[in-house]
Amino acid sequence: MAKILLEMKNITKTFPGVKALDNVNLQVEEGEIHALVGENGAGKSTLMNVLSGIYPYGSYTGDIIYNGEVCKFHHIKESEEKGIVIIHQELALIPYMTIGENMFLGNERGKKAAINWDETYGLAAQYMQQVGLTESPRTLIKDIGVGKQQLVEIAKALAKNAKLLILDEPTSSLNESDSQALLDLLLKFKQEGMTCIIISHKLNEVSYVADKITVIRDGATIETLTKGVDDLSEDRIIRGMVGREIADRFPKRPGVKIGEINMEVENWTVHHPLYSERKVVDNVSFNVHRGEVVGISGLMGAGRTELAKSIFGKSYGTNISGKLKLNGEEVQLKNARDAVRHKLAYVTEDRKGDGLILSNPIKINTTLANLEEVCNGVVIDKDKEYAVAVEYKEKLKTKCPTVEQNVGNLSGGNQQKVLLAKWMFADPDILILDEPTRGIDVGAKYEIYCIINDLVAAGKSVVMISSELPEILGMSDRIYVMNEGKIAGELTKEEATQEKIMACILKSSKGE
Amino acid sequence: MDSVKVKAFIQKYTMVLVLVLVMLFFTWGTQGKILFPQNITNLISQNAYVFVLATGMLLCILTGGNIDLSVGSVVCFVGAVGGVLMEKMGLPVAAAVVLMLLLGAVIGAWQAFWIAFLRIPPFITTLSGMLVFRGLSNIVLGGQTLPIKSETFTVLFGGGANCYVPDFLGGGEGMNRVAVAVGVIACVIYLLVTVRGHLNRKKKGYEVGNVAAMYIKALIICAAIMFISIKLAQYKGIPTALVWVMIVVLVYGYITSKTTVGRYFYAVGGNEKATKLSGINTDMVYFIAYTNMGFLAALAGMLTIARMTSAQPTYGQNYEMDAIGSCFIGGASAYGGIGTVPGVIIGALLMGIINQGMSIMGTDQNMQKVVKGLVLLAAVIFDVVSKKKSN
Repeated sequence: MAKILLEMKNITKTFPGVKALDNVNLQVEEGEIHALVGENGAGKSTLMNVLSGIYPYGSYTGDIIYNGEVCKFHHIKESEEKGIVIIHQELALIPYMTIGENMFLGNERGKKAAINWDETYGLAAQYMQQVGLTESPRTLIKDIGVGKQQLVEIAKALAKNAKLLILDEPTSSLNESDSQALLDLLLKFKQEGMTCIIISHKLNEVSYVADKITVIRDGATIETLTKGVDDLSEDRIIRGMVGREIADRFPKRPGVKIGEINMEVENWTVHHPLYSERKVVDNVSFNVHRGEVVGISGLMGAGRTELAKSIFGKSYGTNISGKLKLNGEEVQLKNARDAVRHKLAYVTEDRKGDGLILSNPIKINTTLANLEEVCNGVVIDKDKEYAVAVEYKEKLKTKCPTVEQNVGNLSGGNQQKVLLAKWMFADPDILILDEPTRGIDVGAKYEIYCIINDLVAAGKSVVMISSELPEILGMSDRIYVMNEGKIAGELTKEEATQEKIMACILKSSKGE
Repeated sequence: MDSVKVKAFIQKYTMVLVLVLVMLFFTWGTQGKILFPQNITNLISQNAYVFVLATGMLLCILTGGNIDLSVGSVVCFVGAVGGVLMEKMGLPVAAAVVLMLLLGAVIGAWQAFWIAFLRIPPFITTLSGMLVFRGLSNIVLGGQTLPIKSETFTVLFGGGANCYVPDFLGGGEGMNRVAVAVGVIACVIYLLVTVRGHLNRKKKGYEVGNVAAMYIKALIICAAIMFISIKLAQYKGIPTALVWVMIVVLVYGYITSKTTVGRYFYAVGGNEKATKLSGINTDMVYFIAYTNMGFLAALAGMLTIARMTSAQPTYGQNYEMDAIGSCFIGGASAYGGIGTVPGVIIGALLMGIINQGMSIMGTDQNMQKVVKGLVLLAAVIFDVVSKKKSN
């Protein structure tokens, strides 16, 4: 039995009106990787914020015993001094600063009145090597990809002398291969004696990497599963998380008829908006039938989002060439407005940045893409708008007190539903859904899948871009695999497997 | 590959290149008059307040594109109070100077408190300050002009006929030896720092950038220093106002590039949430930025009343616009997080040269405003467009 590094005893934390944590207990042994799982809003992040002092001592009840002593953290700096370092889900990096500057922000090298930049960059390079980054530490954060930014965050934690590393959804914005690399890095750190707490929705990753799994539901600890003792299969974990069995993670859609082709893209080529000699989408052709869910799979940076955006009224890229046929007729979509008029919808992957106006209520967001529908001339009919918002709220089972609620206060899954409602209200024939279930929990995912099924049952077509292979395989009628801007393969539902998709990508990378 | 390098170079040094071009244009337009020693001296003395205010404004803008509209009124108010202290109440100059600086910091802290801890938008808070302190200036001076008679004060802060660093090296007419000596010493120090930094890095095995580019840059900067110091020497020497400007520029240049506090200004403007999660008290950063702005506005106030040898309730009008304009022209981002002290100085110089060049050419005052306005817009458009492209 190894030494207990951290014990959280009877932690209770209340926000006005809500009990976010109710007598939570957590024990973490030295040198293990301990996973926290639970649905969104279950209280995982709150618990970690209590631990790291973001919610200061006194704002919760219960004890934190770390390394044998009772700790009362008032400030994030105090927990960091003890070696507890948290890496937040939304990366806390500053885009216009260099990697080195970011790594030592709040932890500067040299004296307070004289930062030693040479030492900063020298040390940064060392820590970057540990996480496998080969960039110059003087590279700006905005110039490296999300996967590498996540590694910078880890290097930043190492620079703070982390003994207990807390990672909140570290792989939520990473593709499969970057995620795998990150998890292997954690396993390497474990060998070197580091203790980790990892919060994740991706259960396959959790079972791969964790020694123990603690399940949290509705602010309370439900159970702790230990590797080698308990069953760590995904189904077992899900049962703990939702409190019941989910028989099938992907709902069936019986009897949906696949009709004629209603969108066809031929020889579509898109150039990078800045480096106009670079092809981001290269001679892509594909089609979509009425009533069909077409999956587009591929690694991050394969050009999937760029393809979708460029089709959606040239919202991305320059020198776009190729033919776009809707219902057999060739069309030229000049801008997003034009695309909406041609009954095309693109539901973005970045719901907070590109999709929703967070500071506005649900009803305003719902009608935004099709405002004419609720207008008399140029005057908005408030009653009609309200009615529409309520109709979609009920149709999509959005959980919210009223449609006057600001979207920013909703959970990720409910935000995604509002985003879908917005585009469904625009009444498109074809919906392109870009990562429709990113960062939302198992229960909400299932509901989104049901919505997709309802859409195709109503004769619409769905193009689903997703980095999660199980989702692509579970939902699609047909799958296109993209790699480096090209279509690397087309697979039917029957023949597609994870291995075949990866094989397509590998083959195309080798240029065969 | 080369065209990329040229592009990057042009992007990095756009404003320096523009400054040189504008300089050449006015040299041609004024038949070389703009380069007369007296005009170079005037360029510096007349714009001393802009350099000081723009440096303070940079810190505010860094925190997220926030501006301070009250500086013009604060300049006036601090000047008015200082005038009363010295002329009506007969306080010694040193005491008056300390009190004025203190007053500026207190005014800054007053506004900073609301902005930092209650998160009242800076635009509103400082708009209020603009009205309040303009009104108070009028009250303090009773609507009258108050002449500043203290010779010590005016000479010390760059006003009157003798506001130059005395030539104790005994140079003759037309060549002030102190000015030349200071220029030479500045160059030597600059070169030494550059060389030492380079050697240090090499010794410890850190990354060394393009050595040739580094030394060429150092030489160009030295040439500029020598050019200015010789021009000053040919007139009456170093204006005392320049001494204050240099102190401000050096101190704040150092703070923004080398200290932890300086780092936090950039961090807050770049991503406030991330900064907070790095354990930094972001409220305090705002507080420091605006308190400091008040402090520097007080210094600018002293430079203003000294130069005018009087305090008047109308002084300092539109000063905030000069300062804000200099920052944006000098490459500060309207969204915060980007901008440097040297950049801002270049921005202020550019505005100053355009002003002076057009005045010498006899361009109409109103036309000058039109040109300045368009230059400001062009600078911000450039900033926004270049950032859009790199996204």
